[in-house]
Amino acid sequence: MIKDIGIIDYDMGNISSLSNAIIEVGGKPSIINDPTSVAGFSKIILPGVGAFKDAISNLKSKQFISVLNDFASSGKQILGICLGMQLMCKTSSENGYFDGLGWFDAEVNKLPKTSNIKLPHIGWNEVNFSKQNALLETIKDKSDFYFVHGYHVECKNYEDILSTSSHGINFVSAIQNKNITGVQFHPEKSQSAGLSLIKNFLES
Amino acid sequence: MLKKRLIAVLIVNGKYVVQSVKFKHTNAIHYDAAEAIECFNKWSIDEIIILNVSRTEETRMEFSKTIENICKKCFLPVAVGGWITDINYSRELFYKGADKLILNTAFHTNPALCESLASKFGTQSITASIDVKKENKRTTVWVNRGRINTEYHPSDWAKRAVELGAGEIFFNSIDHDGARKGYNLVTLNDICSSVNVPVIAFGGVFNWSHLSEGIREGADAVALANQLHYTEHSARRAKKFLINEGLNVRSI
Repeated sequence: MIKDIGIIDYDMGNISSLSNAIIEVGGKPSIINDPTSVAGFSKIILPGVGAFKDAISNLKSKQFISVLNDFASSGKQILGICLGMQLMCKTSSENGYFDGLGWFDAEVNKLPKTSNIKLPHIGWNEVNFSKQNALLETIKDKSDFYFVHGYHVECKNYEDILSTSSHGINFVSAIQNKNITGVQFHPEKSQSAGLSLIKNFLES
Repeated sequence: MLKKRLIAVLIVNGKYVVQSVKFKHTNAIHYDAAEAIECFNKWSIDEIIILNVSRTEETRMEFSKTIENICKKCFLPVAVGGWITDINYSRELFYKGADKLILNTAFHTNPALCESLASKFGTQSITASIDVKKENKRTTVWVNRGRINTEYHPSDWAKRAVELGAGEIFFNSIDHDGARKGYNLVTLNDICSSVNVPVIAFGGVFNWSHLSEGIREGADAVALANQLHYTEHSARRAKKFLINEGLNVRSI
């Protein structure tokens, strides 16, 4: 089992929370500030709290874009969390129109306001699994995970959808294609279900 | 479907967790905030709010250290507030493990900071704390730990906070704080129906039925502080009560 997990630090994340969760399930987190060291890891996590525009421009200015692209196409495991998942998409309409990493044929748009819901989507919500995946093993379908986001991912390829959740509309709460996985919720803040997901990532 | 949240609030003064009664902080309840988290029977709580109520800005670094320690063993969402006056300190708090920042006085003295934090970190990570107090039969919003009357009507202030980038409201009533008679339901309802962002009710919980009252009045989350420290397994009991009331909460 590979216990070393690299966490991309581009000034947009709750890096400590993620490190703490990885340690809790027996992993060894390393914070990656230097893009040249990305290739040395066999598993990395792209975290993210904040707005899309700042995140993508930080990834650019810190020269992470091409090493992340190389990592993703190498077949090694990468997990995006929250904004990290959104960055994996083609475009985002958050405060403008921006290109993402483009690993998923998907757009990031604002959650629509429907009657009887509050936005942003903050709190614990059910995650309904759409397909089987090693990361979801041992986790009960429809478990509650913690969400805190105002934008959501709209997939063009339905095969990429790993799970959905409901808040006014049914939206995509996790995506997965081969070695690349993204989750809209925060496993590092979702107690036992979340820790199981991180443990599965460690062991997958 | 999104669940209603049960939130534990830790009022921190210096290193200590203190009791709050009408915004006066006298009794130390715990001498170590990280220990207090353990005492909360943490698996029933859905979120933790940690507030630095110290009167001096010099406590900022110590507070950030406290957040770091708490987050080492706490795999729950954490919102933090108190003395957030610049972007660097905000970034540090996120880095140490905070998921949301709670700002109160800044919405009065430095709205530009609120706007830039919302644009930098996203509105979902900015919570506006609103403290109200009744004086001469008028309920208005007070800032600076309840010392300055803004003269604003609570729902107007809430709308203004959302315009400035708040993605959530943390509502407290100074008159109800520690008074054990439940939330200020009238103002809570007023705020809930005037904004479209989630609202957390706080201040005054003594009986578990106060929590369900808050939810029925429109709150998306119900918070309590003092009462959690004095009853054994309190968080679990509170959760059980809400489930038995048929409310949509995360099961334990």
